Amino acid sequence: MDSINLPVTLSELSDPLHIKVREILATVSDPEIPVLSVIDLGIIRDISISQENESNGSEITLQITPTYTGCPAIDTIKISIRMALLEAGFKKINIIEVLSPAWTTDWITEKGRENLKAYGIAPPQYQQSVCSPDSFQKEEAIQCPLCNSYHTRLVSQFGSTACKALYQCNDCKEPFDYFKCH
Amino acid sequence: MSKALVSYLLSLADNTLILGHRNSEWCGHGPILEQDIAITNMALDGIGQARNFYQYAAQLMGNHTTEDSLAYLRDVTEFTNCLLVELPNGDWAQTVLRHFLFSTFQYYVYQQLQNSSDPQLAAIAEKGFKEITYHVRWSSEWVIRLGDGTEESKDRILQALDTVWGYTGELFQPADFDLKAQQEGWGADLLLVKRNWDEKIKAVFEEATIPMPATTWMHAGGKQGKHTEHLGFILAEMQFLQRAYPNSEW
Repeated sequence: MDSINLPVTLSELSDPLHIKVREILATVSDPEIPVLSVIDLGIIRDISISQENESNGSEITLQITPTYTGCPAIDTIKISIRMALLEAGFKKINIIEVLSPAWTTDWITEKGRENLKAYGIAPPQYQQSVCSPDSFQKEEAIQCPLCNSYHTRLVSQFGSTACKALYQCNDCKEPFDYFKCH
Repeated sequence: MSKALVSYLLSLADNTLILGHRNSEWCGHGPILEQDIAITNMALDGIGQARNFYQYAAQLMGNHTTEDSLAYLRDVTEFTNCLLVELPNGDWAQTVLRHFLFSTFQYYVYQQLQNSSDPQLAAIAEKGFKEITYHVRWSSEWVIRLGDGTEESKDRILQALDTVWGYTGELFQPADFDLKAQQEGWGADLLLVKRNWDEKIKAVFEEATIPMPATTWMHAGGKQGKHTEHLGFILAEMQFLQRAYPNSEW
């Protein structure tokens, strides 16, 4: 399971051009969850930049991984990334979709998790504790993002988008989305 | 080599596309809102997995083949999905039972495909496996709920079992592409899948107080392109737009 770590290649990038590309990507958000940037979501797996001569500019190659195979947001996200980079003056942009290693909610950044909670979506638990096919499992204690109570119940494993489950808080009674572990 | 791999990919894709299409028919008709959302989420997973398989097959086929041409422009006899997935939804009991029987099969197939000697197939399976895990969990809970529920729910799940059980044998009857795929190390070993599947089905049926059906004559033919009359109707609806307005997009 060593491969399932934060994308180190990204955090170690230090030259100015890489930093600039990262800053641009940090402004591109998930269309379904606008408080999460593609960086926070952990779907950018690699950024490589080949320096060309001044007149041609640099060529940027991004590796991006989909969250869920059926998630229609991936096409929109690819277009948004391309637009943002074009606006910043980059002309040669390749976006390559890679499937392995499969995306996991563990790749959502700490900042992303905080933003989710502030937005009213309970962030995913660390560790994939319930990702087994057994029926009627013991429910995880998911914290209500509104009143912080752990006294909550699962309404449905499937919610308004592929990445979410539906919960309800037993204390404040509010229904809320949980970004389910994956 | 690539032709045999393409046949195998298309069978995987057709299965999950057609079941995805069937499940999507519940959109707006689910028994309650949360379950309507659940079944349509699973339909979306199925169609997403089909897209991955079709995209990869299209890439290997070249010659301007696309995921869309594979889904929308092949006719009934070219589809190699199992008959089980094309059966009409019936009532909720039949839908959840079929989904349980098929997603458990998919679960064990994808589990093995994660170690496929073909890296792209392994990558697709790795993603799909996580999603199918949720499907197995959800559908087995429904089978237990209905089987061990009221008199009516029990009656309905037993009727559903009568209808669909005879279509489960085909899942494990290897077609030429299954045998080739297993020989080459890309594909799943269906004997092993069957062993795992039997065990899981038995455990869930036991909890649901549903008797294991006796071995019976099994329908087959889908893998060879010989389908029930139902697939033609599915394709007519699914493919209409591309047939009537070729290359249209939105």
